[in-house]
Formats: sequence, C-alpha cells, structure tokens
Amino acid sequence: MSINRRDFFKTIGITGMTIIGVNASGSNLSANDKTEFHGILYDSFACVGCQSCEMACAEAHGLPAPEDEIKTGVLRKTSEKQRCVINSYSTPQGDVFVRNQCMHCNEPACVAACLTQAMYKTKEGPVIWREDKCMGCRYCMISCPFDVPKFDYSSTNPKIQKCDMCYDRIIKGEQPVCVEACGVALFYGTRRELIAEARKRIAENPGVYVDEIYGERVAGGTGYLYLSPVAPNEIGFNTTLQNSSYPALTKGFLYSVPSVFVLVPTLLLGIHEATKSNKLKQINEDEDE
Amino acid sequence: MNSTTYPITSDKESPAGWKFFLGELKPRGKWLTPFNIISIPIIITGLVLIVIRFWYGLGSVSNVNQEIPWGLWKGFNVVTGVAFAGGAYVLTFIVYILKVDKYHSIVRVTVLNGFLAYMFYAGALVLDLGKPWNIFNPIIGNNFGANSVLFLVAWHFLLYIIAQLIEFSPAIAEWLGSRRIHKILSGMTIGAVIFGITLSTLHQSGLGALFLMAKEKIHPLWYNEFIPILFLVSSVFAGLSMVIFEGSISQRVFSDKISKKHKDERKGIVHTLSKICAFAMFAYLFMQLLVFIHGKHYSLLNTKMGYWYLLEMIGFVLVPMLLYFYSYRNFNLKVSRIAAIITIVGIVLNRLNVSIVAFRWDAAVRYVPSWMEVVVSITIILIQIWIFRWVISRMPVLNEPPKWANNGH
Repeated sequence: MSINRRDFFKTIGITGMTIIGVNASGSNLSANDKTEFHGILYDSFACVGCQSCEMACAEAHGLPAPEDEIKTGVLRKTSEKQRCVINSYSTPQGDVFVRNQCMHCNEPACVAACLTQAMYKTKEGPVIWREDKCMGCRYCMISCPFDVPKFDYSSTNPKIQKCDMCYDRIIKGEQPVCVEACGVALFYGTRRELIAEARKRIAENPGVYVDEIYGERVAGGTGYLYLSPVAPNEIGFNTTLQNSSYPALTKGFLYSVPSVFVLVPTLLLGIHEATKSNKLKQINEDEDE
Repeated sequence: MNSTTYPITSDKESPAGWKFFLGELKPRGKWLTPFNIISIPIIITGLVLIVIRFWYGLGSVSNVNQEIPWGLWKGFNVVTGVAFAGGAYVLTFIVYILKVDKYHSIVRVTVLNGFLAYMFYAGALVLDLGKPWNIFNPIIGNNFGANSVLFLVAWHFLLYIIAQLIEFSPAIAEWLGSRRIHKILSGMTIGAVIFGITLSTLHQSGLGALFLMAKEKIHPLWYNEFIPILFLVSSVFAGLSMVIFEGSISQRVFSDKISKKHKDERKGIVHTLSKICAFAMFAYLFMQLLVFIHGKHYSLLNTKMGYWYLLEMIGFVLVPMLLYFYSYRNFNLKVSRIAAIITIVGIVLNRLNVSIVAFRWDAAVRYVPSWMEVVVSITIILIQIWIFRWVISRMPVLNEPPKWANNGH
C-alpha cells in the first residue's frame, strides 16, 4: 500500500479538523448533523377509510380503541382519548376521506408558545410533548392554528394528547405505527422525498389529484402532507390560515423586549435625575428654615 | 394619627414579637358588617370548589373545552385584573420619577392594591394550571422556553411582584417599627420603581401579545398586530379608573384613617386623574380607529359581532372619555366616578372579548363559564379585599406614617 504526499496531507488535514470540530470542507462530519425533517404523506385518494391506522395508534399509545365509525358529513374530532381521526367529506368528486392529526409544522406555534419547552420540535421532524416539563397552561392550545393539542380536563394529572409521529419508534429507525398499519395511503420519509413523491403522483395521474400539496406551504410548511382529489377547503381545512410561520407573529414583540429593557430604565433614570435637583433644593431650603 | 398604635421596638425582634403578630391577626371592629355577611359564604363556597377542582380535575368545576382552553380564571382574573393593577406603575411614575408630590398620599394604597392583585391573580393562574407542581419549571432548571411570550409574562409577573413588595415594604417596616430596615428599604424604592415600570410596560403589552399567534381564532375586529400596544395604552386608564373607583370607596369605608388634609387633596387628585384618563382614552380610541380603518373590516360592522364591537368602542370608551372631559372641565367629581365605573366595565368587556368572546367566536360549542367558575373568580377577589382591609387597618397606608419615618417615602 502506497500513500503519496498529497493524500497524506489530506488525511492529516481531515483528521485534524475532525478532532478540533471544525468542518471547513463542509462535508457531512459528525459535528454537522444533517438530519432532515421527516414527515408523513397522506394520499386521500388511496385511503379507503378502514380505520386501521386509528386502531394501531390507539393500541400503541395506550388509548381506548375508537368505537365510532366514519359517516359522511359527521365530523369526528381528535380528543384527549384519540390522536388521529379519519373523516369523510361529500365533495363534487364523491366522498373523500381525510385524516386529521398533528401537522408537525416546520415552525410550530405550540413550541413557540410553550414556556417550559414541553412542546418540542425534534431534529427528526416530529413535534413531541414532554410530560415532565409541562405545567398545563394550555397556551399551546390557544396558539395552534390547527387546534391539535387536546387536554384531559377530567384528570387530576392531565396530559396533553397529540400525535408525536411515534417518535420513540422513529429514533430506533422504525416507521410510525399508522404508516405500518396502513400500507396504501400513508408514507413515511424525509419531507423532501415526500414532496418529490407527491409531485410525481400528481404528474403521473392527471385528473386524479388537484395540483396542490396541502402542507407544503401552510403555516410555514408542515411535516404532514396531503394529496387529495379536491381542494383543501372541500375537505375541512381552514383556508384562512396563513402560509408564513406562526411564531413569526410574536417576533416583533419579543425583539422589542431587549430594547425596552435598555431604553426605558435609562429614560426613567434620566427623568429622575432631572427632577431630583429641584426636589433636593426644596428639601435643603426646608432644612434651612 | 396617634403613633402609639405602632409600637416602636428595637431593630432586633423582641421576644414578644410573635405575640404582636398574633394580636395583629385578630380582627378589629365589628364582625357582622354587610360586607362580611355577603362575602363569608361566598368565600367558603369558593374554597370548597377549589378543593373539588384539585380532587377531580379542572373539568369538574370549569366549562373550558378543547376549542376554548382559557376561561374566566385566565380571561378575567389574570388578563383583566392585571390591567386594573396598572394604576401602580402609572402613579409610581408620576410620583417617584416626575416627582409630582400631589399624588403622594395615594401612591402607597395603589401599590398595595397592585401587589395584592398580582399575588391573587398568580393564584388564579395556579388554579387553572393542569400541572401546577411544574410551575417553577420556567423559573428554575433548564426548561427555559425563552421564545415564548408566556415565558416573558411569567418572569415579569414574578419580578414585578418582588418590585412592588419592595415599593410597599417601608409601610411594613413602619408597622413593625424597625427603623434601620425602614431606612434600607426606603433607599431601594427608586430602583424598584424604575424596574417595576419597565416590567409593567412589557407585561401589560405582553398579555396582549399572548394572543398574537391566535390570528385566525380571534374575530378580525379584535385581532390585529397592535394588540400589545392597545393593551398597554388601555392599562393606563384602566389602572387610573380603578384608582378613582377604589379611592371613592375607601374614602367612605376607611374615612377615619384619612386625614382632613388628604381628603381635600383627594378631590384635586381625582380631578387631574380624570384629565389623564380622558387623554389616554383619546389616544386609545384613535389607535383603535386607525387599526379598524387599516383592517378594512367595514362589512363586519353590520353583524352581531360588529354591534358588540361598536357597543364596546362607543358605549364603553367614547362615552366615558367624554364624561371624563366633562368632569374635568366642570370640576364634577361625581361624573368622574361614573366615568370610572363605565371605563372599568369597558375594560372588562375588552379583555373578555379578546380572550373569550371573540376567541373562536365561530366555534360550534360556545364557552359560557359555569356558576362554579364565577364563584371561584369572585372568591379570589373577595379574599384579596379581606387582606387589603387587614393591611389598611394595621399598616400606615392611607394614614400618615409615624413621625420617625417621615422622609418622603
């Protein structure tokens, strides 16, 4: 095995940079984690409304199995006992199934709202809730544009119930239970792959899907992506939601805080000093009398 | 005032110190006053309900639901109550920063009011929390959700309570008769005032900023990106109206505590506070108008929510504003007090509108507070009044401080 001078220096260089933690070459070394956000693609055209994902979800998270069946026109909602639901909507294209659960936003309002970091956006993509940190203030519920977090009002030690994309399985390299149970309408992968797959399906099946991936842009982009034969407003999505990030709405206020903390006391102190001299004079005069 | 009421002990607590405390705990005056007869049963009911709330969970007492997770305790006791406690920062600004001595006689009672309000509203918050034992998570440990508006509000709440305690502490020192501590505490007042005003501007607006992310959930007539500024400006006249209202009551109830000189001063105070309120309300109304015009929601006015909005803006901002102007021009204290009451109702309306009524106004199931929530809300306020009364009748708040402490604080 021969090693020339050039390769030798290259090896030394990379080793050195790895040790001191500098990643000058920009390659994927351990210091620079390039984990992408993962998500789930839901193809409502392929969904048959069998509820097996609901069953699998309930079983995996120790929740009661859902007993109500899907009925077109009857809105089922996620609750403190159910993390995901399938609904059926009557549309011009016939009845269309829609799955509702946490959208796993790229920039989640609930995470920005949480003052204890109980709501947490993992680097893998899922938004998870950490019980030991939560104080139950329910500000996440106020902030979530999709009304996802659900609170157990009947408990003395209440939990926030919402989909966590089976985070414990994901970090072990497994798929979420709903994806595993389904096999036809739910797909797990990186957000980038899923958008590419969705685009491919739209292009390859003209007339089947509307040319829109719900979740690609709404609320600054979400981890859950929807393919559907009808427009989002036909299947219960709130179309008034903004496409930009929700946490950005509080940015202006939060950014003003440091300036207020520097400027207001300075101003007050200045006025205080300016008015003090008068007062001192008065006191001195009083004492002279 | 007879200074013998306040035993002048040495700096170190005397062995009989605890006896002094026990003696002070005993009620003074008559027991069977109309206020006591009404308030005691309510407080007892409220306390029982609080036990039920912790025994069976929040849902057993409160009507809050999945769509409208914040009810009366947060919307009324916290969000509304804090606005009324705004008088403390406005008055400390006028008295300690601008050095307008005229208001000195009411600054202590206002700070006490503010301090108790914050204490009890923090209490209301604890009742509303699902896991109150985790309440210290954002304060200690590594759970800083620093990008949360609520994190900011929580910290400012805590710090402001401390600042107000320092502002009020000379009165406690006078009550206990410890001169040296009094001197130290009085020296801290100006720092606490400056810190307190800064914290107040931030958390009064912060309570509005809490709702910024609920963009589509709040009716467009109430949601706009200026909620924080509107909350801050309205806290000025909300707080001062409360000062006028509270003053007119304590002047009657604690008449024996207030010297003749202060009683005369009070008329002038109410008179000029009316003017400040009028101008603050004018600024507020003008901002609301600008926000409304920029929002282009003209068509929404001709809906149920639109009428409700107009009622709030005209009936409870414009009308009391005009009354305040009138009372100032004509030196009519009675009109000032009426204006104060209308303003207070208006602020309650405004805060409840943002946090409850206009919040998910389109929800299928409307939130209406249960009678139990109302009783607990009232209980919190009544206990606060009891403690307020206890402090007033013992510490030099409304009456003159003892001679030895007469150093302008």
